[in-house]
Amino acid sequence: MKEKKYLTIDGNEAAAYVAYRVNEVCAIYPITPSSNMGEWADEWAAKGIKNIWGNIPTVAEMQSEGGAAGAVHGSLQAGALTTTFTASQGLLLKIPNMFKIAGELTSTVFNISARSLATHALSIFGDHSDVMAARTTGFGMLASASVQEVMDFSLIAQASTLESRIPFIHFFDGFRTSHEVAKIEVIDEEVMKTMISDDLVRAHRRRSLSPDRPVIRGTAQNPDVFFQNRETMNHFYDQCPEIVQKKMDQFAELTGRQYKLYEYYGAEDAEKVVIIMASAAQTVKETVDYLNAKGEKVGVLMVRLYRPFSINSFMEAIPASVKSLIVLDRTKEPGATGDPMYLDVVNAINEGMDLGFGSIVEKPQILAGRYGLSSKEFTPAMVKAVYDNSGDGAKNHFVVGIVDDVNNTSIDVDANFSIESEKVVRAMFYGLGSDGTVGANKNSIKIIGENTDNYAQGYFVYDSKKSGSITTSHLRFGPDPIESPYLITKSNFIACHQPVFLDTTDMLRYLDKGGTFLVNTPYSKDEIWDKFPKEIQSAMIEKEAKFFIIDAQEVAEKSGMGRRINTVMQVCFFAISGVLPKDKAIDAIKDSIKKTYGKKGEVIVQMNLKAVDNTLENLYEIEVPSQVSSETSLKAPVPTGSPDFVEKVLGEIIAGRGDDLPVSAFPIDGTFPTGTAKYEKRNIALSIPTWDADTCTQCGKCAMVCPHATIRIKAYEPDILADAPETFKSIDVRNKEYAAEGLKYTIQVAAEDCTGCGVCVEVCPAKQKSDKSKKALVMEPQLPLRNAEAKNWDFFLSIPEMDRSKIPLNSIRTQQLQEPLFEFSGACLGCGETPYIKMVTQLFGDRMLIANATGCSSIYGANLPTTPYTTNKDGRGPAWSNSLFEDNAEFGLGYRLAVDKQTENAKQLVKELSAEIGDQLVGELLNADQSDEAGIFEQRERIEVLKSKLETLDTPESKRLIQEADYLAKKSVWIFGGDGWAYDIGYGGLDHVLASGKNVNVLVMDTEVYSNTGGQTSKATPIGAVAKFSASGKPIKKKDLGMIAMAYESVYVAVVAFGSKDEQTLKAILEAEAFDGPSIIIAYSHCIAHGIDMSNPLKNQKAAVDSGQWILYRYNPDKIKLGENPLTLDSKPRRVRVEEYMNMENRFKMLMKSKPALARQYIDQAQKDADSRFKHFQYLAAREGEKIEE
Amino acid sequence: MDLSTKYLGMTLKSPLVASASPLSEDVSNIKKLESAGVGAVVLHSLFEEQLRLEQEEYNFHTTQGTDSFAESLSYFPEVEDYKLGPELYLEHIKKAKEAVKIPIIASLNGSSLGGWTEYAKEMESAGADAIELNVYHIPTDSNQTGTEVEQQYVDILKAVKGVVKIPVALKLSPFFSNFSNMARQFDEAGADSLVLFNRFYQPDIDLDEYEVTPNLLLSQSSAMRLPMRWIAILKDQIKADLAATSGIHTGTDVIKMLLVGASVTMLCSSLLKHGINHVKNIEDHMKQWMKENDYNSISELQGSMSQKKTADPSSFERAQYMKALTKYQL
Repeated sequence: MKEKKYLTIDGNEAAAYVAYRVNEVCAIYPITPSSNMGEWADEWAAKGIKNIWGNIPTVAEMQSEGGAAGAVHGSLQAGALTTTFTASQGLLLKIPNMFKIAGELTSTVFNISARSLATHALSIFGDHSDVMAARTTGFGMLASASVQEVMDFSLIAQASTLESRIPFIHFFDGFRTSHEVAKIEVIDEEVMKTMISDDLVRAHRRRSLSPDRPVIRGTAQNPDVFFQNRETMNHFYDQCPEIVQKKMDQFAELTGRQYKLYEYYGAEDAEKVVIIMASAAQTVKETVDYLNAKGEKVGVLMVRLYRPFSINSFMEAIPASVKSLIVLDRTKEPGATGDPMYLDVVNAINEGMDLGFGSIVEKPQILAGRYGLSSKEFTPAMVKAVYDNSGDGAKNHFVVGIVDDVNNTSIDVDANFSIESEKVVRAMFYGLGSDGTVGANKNSIKIIGENTDNYAQGYFVYDSKKSGSITTSHLRFGPDPIESPYLITKSNFIACHQPVFLDTTDMLRYLDKGGTFLVNTPYSKDEIWDKFPKEIQSAMIEKEAKFFIIDAQEVAEKSGMGRRINTVMQVCFFAISGVLPKDKAIDAIKDSIKKTYGKKGEVIVQMNLKAVDNTLENLYEIEVPSQVSSETSLKAPVPTGSPDFVEKVLGEIIAGRGDDLPVSAFPIDGTFPTGTAKYEKRNIALSIPTWDADTCTQCGKCAMVCPHATIRIKAYEPDILADAPETFKSIDVRNKEYAAEGLKYTIQVAAEDCTGCGVCVEVCPAKQKSDKSKKALVMEPQLPLRNAEAKNWDFFLSIPEMDRSKIPLNSIRTQQLQEPLFEFSGACLGCGETPYIKMVTQLFGDRMLIANATGCSSIYGANLPTTPYTTNKDGRGPAWSNSLFEDNAEFGLGYRLAVDKQTENAKQLVKELSAEIGDQLVGELLNADQSDEAGIFEQRERIEVLKSKLETLDTPESKRLIQEADYLAKKSVWIFGGDGWAYDIGYGGLDHVLASGKNVNVLVMDTEVYSNTGGQTSKATPIGAVAKFSASGKPIKKKDLGMIAMAYESVYVAVVAFGSKDEQTLKAILEAEAFDGPSIIIAYSHCIAHGIDMSNPLKNQKAAVDSGQWILYRYNPDKIKLGENPLTLDSKPRRVRVEEYMNMENRFKMLMKSKPALARQYIDQAQKDADSRFKHFQYLAAREGEKIEE
Repeated sequence: MDLSTKYLGMTLKSPLVASASPLSEDVSNIKKLESAGVGAVVLHSLFEEQLRLEQEEYNFHTTQGTDSFAESLSYFPEVEDYKLGPELYLEHIKKAKEAVKIPIIASLNGSSLGGWTEYAKEMESAGADAIELNVYHIPTDSNQTGTEVEQQYVDILKAVKGVVKIPVALKLSPFFSNFSNMARQFDEAGADSLVLFNRFYQPDIDLDEYEVTPNLLLSQSSAMRLPMRWIAILKDQIKADLAATSGIHTGTDVIKMLLVGASVTMLCSSLLKHGINHVKNIEDHMKQWMKENDYNSISELQGSMSQKKTADPSSFERAQYMKALTKYQL
């Protein structure tokens, strides 16, 4: 055996490491949490890393997981060793092909980071519901429990599939294993070559399709033969477990790591045995050791091979002494007699005993338990509870890890039970996404993994927001491999990287007695204690904490690092924790900085090295006083007086206590109230805009561009100001129409909801007279303004909204007086999508239904705890739902069909009841002009009259009409999604819906990459852009979705960019809604994935349009009927070259700096494409003598 | 007719040198310059400040928003061969050297002492025949004394001289209290040539947007008066070569510069304005003048009108300037 080589990597990388080397083709598609596997493969291929046969695997990104499965199937049939990576809904989309692949006995391994399936809600986190949904496909299923096993089983699965011909799902727990960083032993390529012998590969190739030895596969069969044919492959399944064990044994010989199909661990005479798969098996194993040491007789049977299930091997593994078998499933199959593995075990015991397999004589008690859905924690305390729940009186079909107070199925868990070893150092770090905490901790794990004999583990928890998100890092180090796949609850070291958490977060809840608390604070060592709330002070005293402080912000800023305090805090951790001798640690950090930042340039290396050198002299240890002196408490998560559900449920989730909420707290079918984001006062802005009323031109642009709807405008009667708070600002309305009425005007900022992105300041056109560095909006520190502005905001909200029918919609200036019904979302700072959504809700929010494709907009639109869609004073607002990623257009069309049906029903009933209702009202109801706000308002009034008349009738028809009468008022159906949906995975459905002629409005927020999953290439990605899966730049131009839609000549099409021409965006949205047929608006959405400054993103939008890279136009089929040219070109000929635009964005610059010759070629091509496209549009817009606008 | 001249220890076939400009960013232009007859090409500048900003920018964009949200822990692929240092510039030197026979002078632009002076060494290794060091610094800190500013220039020059064997030219602005003394200090610190004078961007104001806008005006012939005067004054005071830059548009402009003592004359604005082939016009113009005035070689006329060799040396000094003004007003 060669000298052992170690790597500190996560589960996804471990899986991809092997899969890439033992395959020739990877067909991929991004989906959390598996995306990284495909990304690794793509990056390695771009770097020229070779597989074990010395060639570079081909990595093909497809348009969907279904597409990837098709490509895998084809590639396998044509003879290449082929793999794919996926999870959750992605696996579901592959199922049709999986039946085929298995039915054809084709060797392949699908690597799956197992994730919840969307049911009452979507969840990106881990459980086995996806792989269990695929268990009938005929694929073998092999489960890995740790990062090490992921690497090992990737190889064992590949060797097994090639010999057995049974295709395999190799799965591991999403996030818990896929994203856990651990130090593992790497499999040598020689081992891979030995396991994947040339004979096996040749056999695979011999079975492939070739015109040189043609065969036909995939026939259609009839009742006479299908059944028999289906039974031919049984012996392959019979032999498969033996083959897998053989490969495990061979692997053990080569590496020293022995695995069993069903691996028993524990007391030889155990009476209680837990049966479990994947990461949780490690938790049970660890707890078994602990409990047996305390005199219990327990064991665990770790199921590695779940399909084909080998009853014989399973029975052999169970000790004869067993009295209770407790089967734990990480999935839920409602309506079944038990969850899947439980049923397998029940059957295996029955049949196994009948057949005389194994050593059990007396049939044991078999209990079923469910745990860990959506990465719910599964801890040693829960394991103990599971063992305790056996024997007489035990609960069967129990759940563990939650409190089920509705069905009474949960078992009690002792929260104080802990088995953390003294030998393991445990550390927790609370940081912000933007401060680099996670990156620093990943780096620390590598340093410890690579510089010491210690093993290391890191796991990172993120919150549900894309801006200002809190991260919690959980790190363990110790002399033995770490097999604790659960969060730390007794930490030796807790670091608070951001002072703001001290007021909001109960961090010391998890500090072990005598542990260390490190705080980054601007306060001095004499001041800090008095700044703590009493909960923190008392916890420090009670836990006898050692206490250190540093002003990391100051050190970082002095070192040129800005807000990135990562390096500073990392140095503190090493200096205090003593995991490594201080000097050695500092050297190791410096080496690591050179390695990590070397490719980012010497400047970045130097600033980090400077930060290291500046840290220690600013780190102070402070003696903890013996008395609590604070008068303040931790802040409540939501304001007092919030609605009950908000306070008792959402507030608890916000406070980080969601795990403690019982089943009864939740709605039964995934239905949640809207309008709850306003209760989550996040206070994440360091600075907020302040308004200079005298300078302001009242153009409305600031409110228009605000991604979070935190800057609002109202015009109102002056007498309202009588009750205004002292600092509330107001000025006369400048707009002539309103000025005549003597109205007052205010622009108000929601200080506690603002993210401080600064886009409002960028767009503001008015500069102050005596200081041109200042505009009508000026960013000022939030903290000193917070309380006064919070009062102003409340007062502002109390001012009545203007009568909607009196707001002219022909300009942003007035339109922005409309109330947004989408506010305070968790979108990124400066998001380029949300201003469009907000505008649509301003215009039609009180009558709209939204179908939202999965992606950024579904996440910031509806990721718990709170929801940004809200209601107006009448309780009307957008009704929102998300079906899937791929089906959103169809989902939205479904809304339309249902709305139209109910409108039709209502009209029919109105006609039928005309005698009772009265002819005049009937005529008005049926022929109402609802083309503007006034018309809709009047129709709603009529409906109220109608309802009151119907109340008096009490007939079956009148009752039906009362229910459906609201559908007599216009409803607006909107279909929201990103380019990944519209251009790729959902394109087929979108195309169909556009061709349907139905009145739906599609808003494509085109960020030109899959933004939500981290910037993968879509067909909307422009030529020359570097994105994931296009590390060498996208080689072909963006798909012209607008042109394709226009080809129908019956679809309203608009291409807009609010940062370039906001008035055109407004026109397009109004026209799209007014068009009685399908409309599509393709909206340029700047994005953090473009590599731009998100506080000044509008200049990028302008440049995109000014260069002709993004052409603005509107195509209105209604004009055809009038004999006019339907196309209005809203863009002017280019004013700057495309290269100038490209130079503004990192996605293009990356290629200029890495492959300049190729970048040049793409830039020139982009210019040609832009010029010829513009000419084409000019030609189209000028037909029939129609003039080009402007 | 012999147009050859000595500059930075090299013999150039012509005193017409293409100065640092966007023209030399493209190797095909460098070839055209050679064919048009220039004696050497100074490449466009490698800006230390730009490299620094690009590194900071790249670092910002590749860390912005990372490790914040579980689904998108990063937004860009790792690109291994990213070139944020001088790599692309060094490759350009190599390509330029392969493409032409005339000397290639690399241009290095920086403002304060730092690790970037090491780039000079890499330029030398990449094949540059000489380095033009352009210290681009407008002191605005009111605490910094003139002496400190001067020392900063000398230190940077010494740092670069300390790491290379190839000649180093120093491109300067005229804004020193005693330029002669400065020239002497640079001479003593080992400058192989002084390139006089650098032109700075002069910001303008956009009245529509109330914004300061960068605005580079191409030079006019009148701009050559300042360097011409100083070359004349310095010619006999220091050992270093003197190169004339700013405002050289015609053959007579070149002749004047050579007369006062320039080794070479740098062309930039005139080529941006009239195209690379304008070099030929200038050369023809020069030759014609030389023929008419019976000069067979550049060396014959070079320095023949330096301050020392003028009938009235004081004509290059301040008093004369006053007089000139008075004269204009009449």
